[in-house]
Amino acid sequence: MPGLEDLYREIILDHYRSPRNRGELPVPPATRVEGFNPLCGDEIVIFLSVANGAVEDIRIGGQGCSISQSSASMMSAVVKDKTVAEVHRLTNAFKAMMSIHVGGDDHGDALPDPDVKLGDLEALQGVVKFPVRIKCATLSWNTLAQAIDEAMASEDP
Amino acid sequence: MSHSLDVAAVKADFPILDREVHGGRLIYLDSANTSQKPRAVLAAMEHYYANSNANVHRGTYLIAEEATNALEEARAKVARFIGAPASQEVVFTKNATESLNLVAKAWGRANLRAGDVVVLTELEHHANIVPWHQLHDELGIELRWLPITADGHLDLTEVDRIIDGAKVVSFAATSNVLGTMLPVRRLVDAAHQAGAIAVVDASQHVPHAATNVAAWGADFVAFTGHKMLGPTGIGVLWGTSEILEATPPFLSGGEMILNVTKEGFTTNDIPWKFEAGTPAIAEAIGLGAAVDYLEGLGMDAVREHEVSLTGYALRTLAERFGEDLCVHGPADAAERGGVMSFTFKNLHPHDLTQVFDQHGVCVRAGHHCAKPLMRVLGVAATARASLYVYNDEADVDALADAIAAAADFFSF
Repeated sequence: MPGLEDLYREIILDHYRSPRNRGELPVPPATRVEGFNPLCGDEIVIFLSVANGAVEDIRIGGQGCSISQSSASMMSAVVKDKTVAEVHRLTNAFKAMMSIHVGGDDHGDALPDPDVKLGDLEALQGVVKFPVRIKCATLSWNTLAQAIDEAMASEDP
Repeated sequence: MSHSLDVAAVKADFPILDREVHGGRLIYLDSANTSQKPRAVLAAMEHYYANSNANVHRGTYLIAEEATNALEEARAKVARFIGAPASQEVVFTKNATESLNLVAKAWGRANLRAGDVVVLTELEHHANIVPWHQLHDELGIELRWLPITADGHLDLTEVDRIIDGAKVVSFAATSNVLGTMLPVRRLVDAAHQAGAIAVVDASQHVPHAATNVAAWGADFVAFTGHKMLGPTGIGVLWGTSEILEATPPFLSGGEMILNVTKEGFTTNDIPWKFEAGTPAIAEAIGLGAAVDYLEGLGMDAVREHEVSLTGYALRTLAERFGEDLCVHGPADAAERGGVMSFTFKNLHPHDLTQVFDQHGVCVRAGHHCAKPLMRVLGVAATARASLYVYNDEADVDALADAIAAAADFFSF
């Protein structure tokens, strides 16, 4: 039976205590997208600035539980300066870790690339044992995907 | 006290309460979400399937007659339980959500026009909000909101002004988040004064206190079976005979017609004109058994038990956690149902209830399908513990211990 320690790893609590990249970016030029977890009412706001096909800057607003907040914090730290293609590969690898089928999405990616390193994000793999909380962990990633789509759409008219 | 509740005996009637979770006993504090079922309800449903399973209102053979009689007997029990003047005023639906949709989509579409006003309160469940939003989009009706006070009561200061000119006033009898018990008769009278119909969402009231729809004087009353010890999949819409007669059918097909030709159809009598298709027969019978069970306990005894246990819970939480724990809603147990929504320090309700689970304590975390109210309260979510007939002081103590354990786990 999974215990609380499987879910609340120390690094998760660290990101919850001291979230990275909290704040806002001026809109425009940045893109602002809100995400909602219908389960608990958590709201996340992502401010994203994309330049030359890469994440130039990102800020996180909103409120949520330790899992959604730490996932957003770790996500923001890892995607900064990554190209949009790299972010897609990371997103796929993260969702695969969450047991979400990601093969053949809109971006033409095949199965998750085993070479993608999730680093600190691997601390969230215990969430899989608590299926209700998977939505908490993926909220920021789904919101990021929407923000990237909107940012790219406004970049090349 | 002539007729108080024997909680130990009640607990023994609920098989699920014998089950172990995470190595300890199951402490179920989520009855506002769905209640547990006594053996008598399970037995009634099994008895029907094992002995009388047949479709209703069709067959001329013995078991079909038994099934029809059992369904109609369940309807009569529900009618008596809520003080309905006549059995045919009790319409079986899937749940309270369907009941409220029936009012909005069948009565509302036939009777409301652009600019007509529907009045709701700020503490409504989404089931009493979203169907009206849809009518706003579809017909152009206008919504007005009765506000709540800082301590979670309905603000009555401007009720008559807000309701003036409305066509519908639709409100919860008891808040599923705050436990607030609304002045139903006062609101029904204000509605009628203004020429509006009164719709009561009694989902959190009927299971917990004696209900008399005739004394309320409302036009429609909606509630659900699974929160009152009955099974899921069976709900009720009560309406006065006059308004049900004047309301067109909601769903259509078999069972709800008197005659069908190539040119058209004529509807069946109430309540059957609202019960298209094969109904939830076993579930209705289970609900009838739940009504028998609650009547056996006595609804006054049920209410008395909940007021007393809610008082104990409010005192215990205040003594053990002081300012760290905030219970939303009325402070006086006599003015509320056994529903306690709370926030603890800066811990997110999801994280709290995750720790509770390890201690076998079942409590809901989230917005409780009342996001407009959450916004008024200034919180994204709360943890909600809710009490019922099978809960006792030991369950409340277990909740307090679980809160302490969560504080300990997240101490930083």
